[in-house]
Amino acid sequence: MIVLRPGTGTRTALSIAGLVVLLVIWQICVQFHVVPPGLLPAPTELWPAWRSELAGGYWQGAVRDSLGHYAAGLAIGSVLGAAAGLVCGAVPLVDALTGGIVRLLRPIPGLAWVPFAILWFGLNTAGATFIIAISVFWINFYAAWGAVKSVDPELCEVAAAFGHSGFVARMSYVILPASLPGLLAGLRTGLGQGWMSVVAAELFGVPGIGARMMQASSLLATDIVVVYMITMAGLYALTDFLFGFLRDRLLRWQG
Amino acid sequence: MTSLVHLDDTGLSHDRGSSFVFRHVDLTLNTGEFVAVLGPSGVGKSTLLRVIMGLIPPTEGQITLAPPSVQQTDSRRTALVFQDARLMPWRTVRQNVELGLESLGLSRKERYVRADEALRLVGLSAEAGRWPRQLSGGQRQRVGVARALTVNPDLLLMDEPFGALDAITRTGLQSELLAIWEATHKTVLFVTHDIDEAIMLADRIVVLAGSPGSVRGDLIVGPRPRDPSSPAMRVLAGRLRALIAGESDPGGAAYWQSAEI
Repeated sequence: MIVLRPGTGTRTALSIAGLVVLLVIWQICVQFHVVPPGLLPAPTELWPAWRSELAGGYWQGAVRDSLGHYAAGLAIGSVLGAAAGLVCGAVPLVDALTGGIVRLLRPIPGLAWVPFAILWFGLNTAGATFIIAISVFWINFYAAWGAVKSVDPELCEVAAAFGHSGFVARMSYVILPASLPGLLAGLRTGLGQGWMSVVAAELFGVPGIGARMMQASSLLATDIVVVYMITMAGLYALTDFLFGFLRDRLLRWQG
Repeated sequence: MTSLVHLDDTGLSHDRGSSFVFRHVDLTLNTGEFVAVLGPSGVGKSTLLRVIMGLIPPTEGQITLAPPSVQQTDSRRTALVFQDARLMPWRTVRQNVELGLESLGLSRKERYVRADEALRLVGLSAEAGRWPRQLSGGQRQRVGVARALTVNPDLLLMDEPFGALDAITRTGLQSELLAIWEATHKTVLFVTHDIDEAIMLADRIVVLAGSPGSVRGDLIVGPRPRDPSSPAMRVLAGRLRALIAGESDPGGAAYWQSAEI
């Protein structure tokens, strides 16, 4: 009988097997010219490409710079987005006042802000941080807003019945803890969106992984481009993994 | 008997007086009394509790809570047990019980001791560190009772607290509640739509019925312990049923008598 629902251990093994199969097919395609030469680097070329980037110190520098943009942009965008979403969700007057502004700004992608980032901050860390912060902002804004809107109002009544009434008490005793799962879900989506925006933020010349990828692609050094693609995937996996730990600790009550 | 709460011609309207949830409610609760408010669903029993508690201001009339005999800062005048326990899922059992204590300015140690006491009273000492999701419905409701008891209220308000439980759990919790009541001498106002439950528990049964809701009867139940299947209690149950249905009081002498309204 075919196993349709593999266990956790089997799942991990299968997902590694899937990756290996992809790499083998990829290698065969390049080595036997199924794909025209030059269009795609072979997996076996990636290791030497990475070693040479390491030897030149480019890789370490790019990762360090990008991590800096990522961490700053993520922190600023997440904190501001979550705070704005919480306030708009919890205060109907603010929600109504900002409704139009939110609808106007929301659909504008982070990349569209690049001209202003250059104009306001310049081709530097601040500019890149701004682009990342904007794209992370909206994810956290809507996650926080939705989380507050779905808080059970009956729990606010419980808090009031036991002496915790008023806006501040309601926020700290009910709204914040009840919204935490939603807030953390937004933060997690932002972790991924942040890495995507790193490339966009650095494309226009701020040093980092994105800038290094642009340099490499202009020289048709596809092996180096792929090395940085994998680097970014690895960094995302690492941040997501660490965040998962934090999340599970904070949400033990959900089981 | 000293009166603890007095409702004088109290009414509540959600639309500035064009229609009323309940109206012309006169009710006095004496200290130490266990009073049941009995009535059909939707008559405003739960809302009446919230008005007595001060969570909703009445549209008409007045509610007076007798001043405390001793000025106390470490207790609340009233506490409410909700129908569906309504525990905060992100708080442990102990933290849920401590909720009301946190607004009383008690030290961490005092809160701990008082929560322990309340948990022991409801038989949940061993579950103090668990999360609400790990408890059964009956255990959750006991935490709700402990949360209310721990603030040492003069008036304990209970909003159909056992309505959502299975019959076996409900019977168990009813006798536990009576034991707690006998041990603590709290004044209890207990809302229910279950005639047998009211007969089992209360000293006095206030029937709230009609639209808008008003007090249709105020009956004293006989001596304890009660047996709802005894002939006298069957007579009382019939009388209560008639009052709920809005019929005239059929009367009938047994262990009960009409209270002064």
